[in-house]
Amino acid sequence: MFLSQTWCGIATIMSSASGADPTNIFAPAGTPAKSIFNLSMLVLSVTAGIFLVVAGILVYVLFRYRMRKDSADADQEPPQIYGSNQIELSWTVIPILIVVMLFLATTRVIYTTEHAPRPKNVLEVTVVAHQFWWEFRYPKLGIVTANELHVPISDPNHPMPTYLTMSSADVDHSFWVPRLAGKTDVIPNKVNTMWIDPQTPGVYLGQCAQYCGVQHAKMLIRVYADTPKQFAAWVAQQQKPAVEDPAVAEGRNVFMHNACISCHTISGTVATGRFAPDLTHVGSRDTIASGSVPNTPANLKRFIEDPANFKPGALMPPMHLDSHDLDAVTAYLTSLK
Amino acid sequence: MATHIPLDEIHGSQEMGEQTQRKLWLEVLHDWVTTVDHKKIGLMYISYALFFLLVAGFEALLMRIQLAVPNNHFVSPEVFNGLFTMHGTTMVFFVGMPILFGFGNYLIPLMIGARDMAFPRLNAFSFWISAFGGLLLYYSYIGGSGLYGAGSAPDVGWFAYAPLTAKVFSPGHSTDYWTLSLLLTGIGTIGTALNIVATIISMRCPGMKMSRLPLLPWLYLVTSGLAFVAIGPLTAAQIMLMLDRYLGSHFFDTQAGGSAVLWMHFFWIFGHPEVYILVLPAFAFANEIIPVFSRKAIFGYPAMVAASVGIGFVSLGVWAHHMFTVGLGAAENTFFVLSTMVIAVPTGIKIFNWLATLWGGKIQFTASMLFALAFLFQFLIAGLTGIMLSVAPFDWQLGNSYFVVAHFHYVLVGAILFMVFSAFYFWYPKMTGRMLSEKLGKWHFWLFLIGFHLTFDFMHIPGLLGMPRRVYTYEADRGWMIWNMIISSGAVVQAVATLLFVYNMVWSYFKGPLAGPDPWDAWTLEWTTTSPPPSYNFAETPEVSSRRPLWDLKHPDDPDSDYEIGPSRRSRAKKESQ
Amino acid sequence: MSDIAVAPGGTDGAWTLPSRGTVGILCLILAEASIFVIFVVAYIFYIGKSLTGPTPKEVLSLPIFTSICLLSSSYTVHAAVSALRRGQQRLCSLWLAATVLLGGIFLAGTAHEWYDLIYNHGLTIQTNLFGTTFYSLVGLHASHVVVGLIMLSLALWFSVSGKMHHHHWEKLEVLSLYWHFVDGVWVVVFLVVYVLGR
Repeated sequence: MFLSQTWCGIATIMSSASGADPTNIFAPAGTPAKSIFNLSMLVLSVTAGIFLVVAGILVYVLFRYRMRKDSADADQEPPQIYGSNQIELSWTVIPILIVVMLFLATTRVIYTTEHAPRPKNVLEVTVVAHQFWWEFRYPKLGIVTANELHVPISDPNHPMPTYLTMSSADVDHSFWVPRLAGKTDVIPNKVNTMWIDPQTPGVYLGQCAQYCGVQHAKMLIRVYADTPKQFAAWVAQQQKPAVEDPAVAEGRNVFMHNACISCHTISGTVATGRFAPDLTHVGSRDTIASGSVPNTPANLKRFIEDPANFKPGALMPPMHLDSHDLDAVTAYLTSLK
Repeated sequence: MATHIPLDEIHGSQEMGEQTQRKLWLEVLHDWVTTVDHKKIGLMYISYALFFLLVAGFEALLMRIQLAVPNNHFVSPEVFNGLFTMHGTTMVFFVGMPILFGFGNYLIPLMIGARDMAFPRLNAFSFWISAFGGLLLYYSYIGGSGLYGAGSAPDVGWFAYAPLTAKVFSPGHSTDYWTLSLLLTGIGTIGTALNIVATIISMRCPGMKMSRLPLLPWLYLVTSGLAFVAIGPLTAAQIMLMLDRYLGSHFFDTQAGGSAVLWMHFFWIFGHPEVYILVLPAFAFANEIIPVFSRKAIFGYPAMVAASVGIGFVSLGVWAHHMFTVGLGAAENTFFVLSTMVIAVPTGIKIFNWLATLWGGKIQFTASMLFALAFLFQFLIAGLTGIMLSVAPFDWQLGNSYFVVAHFHYVLVGAILFMVFSAFYFWYPKMTGRMLSEKLGKWHFWLFLIGFHLTFDFMHIPGLLGMPRRVYTYEADRGWMIWNMIISSGAVVQAVATLLFVYNMVWSYFKGPLAGPDPWDAWTLEWTTTSPPPSYNFAETPEVSSRRPLWDLKHPDDPDSDYEIGPSRRSRAKKESQ
Repeated sequence: MSDIAVAPGGTDGAWTLPSRGTVGILCLILAEASIFVIFVVAYIFYIGKSLTGPTPKEVLSLPIFTSICLLSSSYTVHAAVSALRRGQQRLCSLWLAATVLLGGIFLAGTAHEWYDLIYNHGLTIQTNLFGTTFYSLVGLHASHVVVGLIMLSLALWFSVSGKMHHHHWEKLEVLSLYWHFVDGVWVVVFLVVYVLGR
């Protein structure tokens, strides 16, 4: 009991610093992460108890039975003991009991998470992982976006969890937002599911947790937990067709007449590529380059000029646009709110 | 009839040693290249492993410099990805395996009173093919190119998850070098394991029943048995990968309906027993060293054997605990949680038996024993973090994070490497005839201990704070920097300590005090012959009547043979009634 | 300490241990078996998962005759070992020759089957998952047959040229153990590929 409190104390200290540690697994903000957190406290207490006992015995033995040069029988061998069935049986049985206890507790959490009853009201999102970015598709809402996943918060009284159906377009990835849930691998030719239910509004950070190639490190995830109102507004805005601002017609022209369109989609235009992030509302996102830099015109320009500026190894090639075209395209993309 | 090795024969062998030094270097080289002597092959395995330990340690150091601060540009992502792949592959296949096989090769025939291994020429073949595998892997720095033609070394991670290894995603040749070198060392490993089993089964000296076999050969027997069953899947998977890459087959080609998860299964069916292949020899060293420096017989010999065999069998059924996050399903996950946790039971028996061996002894804190005791302490922690990881939901958070990296380095460095260092201090005198400097040894110990704990204790924390492994850099706003700084500084301390160890080995080889045949007052057969032993090991084949033949010899009034289980139990009862 | 001596052993009777050759080959068989297990698992896992044809049902026919040849070669090699053990070298050569012949027939059968599959049915290792797993599993087994045949032919040559003597019977037995293993694997491959997979 005491140990468990100690751990909770430590955990509280760690979670109180959650402003500085946005991906702390001990600062859960959703049901799956919370049930893992509770289980982990049990496991930590048990293991800490075992550690204290065994390490205590070790330290005692080392001190008590150290060789003493000055003692009378220093040149005699100690009594030889070859074993004891009773004692050995006891340290076989006790660990077995501990294992059984931990196993039962673990099984419960596995089943409550993986076989959780699915409420009527859920948001369905399809996640497609790519080298090195995330595609989020909302099939029932007709929205496609990238790297920034918007979900409504889930009130415990009226749960509204988000179910993620995940697969990969190329190699293995793993979807991990530590404060919301454990990670789930995203594997080509295999469909995995998981669910999240953030309960307080905010941005939850995460990143790809399975090595997927050169730029694995900057395959970041941002989950925006919106209030129902914010979420509805976001959905309405994302469902609109791409903005057609005559002021940036030149940039639009550059975009549509370059290789951009073979990889990117901008709805309502000839750009229908599926290989790279959907840019229909790219101007409305907070970040670019899979969440690695803020979405400012300056960053966007540097990224288009040479994606390796922010993400060496990114699959988008440098476009070799002259500075005039570069400014025009940047202005066009920025206008796509 | 008793075997006597008089002192003048020891002098004799030393004179011969001086003559060897006067030989032309070409002749010496020829001697070593063509040797089939298990001791020379053992030493070659060990020096080969030490060389790669320095190489892979250097790679680790480069990675730690890169990660010390966020958004660092010390190395490019391509280079970093190559570094962690090479570091992992090298440490497992070209440091861990050869160093353990090296000690096994050297010690097993000596400990069972044999003149050589069962198949000396196969032994040489296994060594050279493994060595060639290591060179082939490093040739990739010159001859291969990585993902999208960038980089110049394998950069797919040491478990090389499909389909990243497919020709589409790794068009260069570096993945081929990786595959080929693992295939070759796999063949070498099977050869050596086969040799070890045949030696232990068929070459024991008279009187050495299996129940009298020292624990070191016993554990090597289990390790080798595991190697047959574990290396096979690795070899098979590598053959499939080669077929995919060269003949266009579709084993792991997800575009043609192939399965990426199948590779994970195959790799971890090898990968998890591999951990036990590496750790059981470390246990084996502990089983010999802890009793000698506690001045007591090992506590519960039969339980130790049973626990090792038990670990061997259970370890074959736990592989999918590396795959709790791939979506196997609740029932499968539950099964692997249970099998993984069950391993804690025999492992616990071992730890408690070592503690009981220490209990009531007269513990001598030599450098060798210090490393062995640190092994015990760190293996305890490694086991406990292992229990945390076996709890599948906890693993959904911890898996593939720095917590896992910390956990397995606690096993590989904190337990295995510490025990290997301990073995060096213990058997170096036997191998070279000179003692390692105890003073330098204690400096080495304390520095390495501090460096180890700085690095790997603190490495758990960024994992808990959500830092995934295998990232070449990280975001500044995640609160990971301070921990990474500490980890990196510990790595530097470890590097210094390792160099001190290398210096100690070189210095002691020329200047160390002479060891004599039995410097530690130990009990197993290798201490009956000269240091270093002659090429024929024993002038006459020894005969034994207990587990500790030298104890019997040194204590004729209270021989071990009186206490053995089995028919001789009666004599113990008789003794007590007197 | 000037002398180190080992006390006289308390052993009674002869000290005999298993022969290292037998132990060695059993270990090798264990390692090889684990390689085959993985290929068999891959085969079973991919049954019916090919995205394109041809399917096993369309193109595979039961190789009954060649299977009988291979399996009966297990008997002939055993007979060769017992002949050598009894000192009948002539007979040993004869049985060895029969073994090589039967193994050769099997291999020819496989070659014919592959030729048929490749040129008449267009099934290669690249075609689909069936082709991938079929050629690799059957090919892995066939490569073991080739190795076995080379060793057996060597033994036959030694035997015919009078270089094999009675005391070599244990070595020949080691070789025969390998050959029995290759035959045993074929039973599994046959059941998996031609019965279960069809």
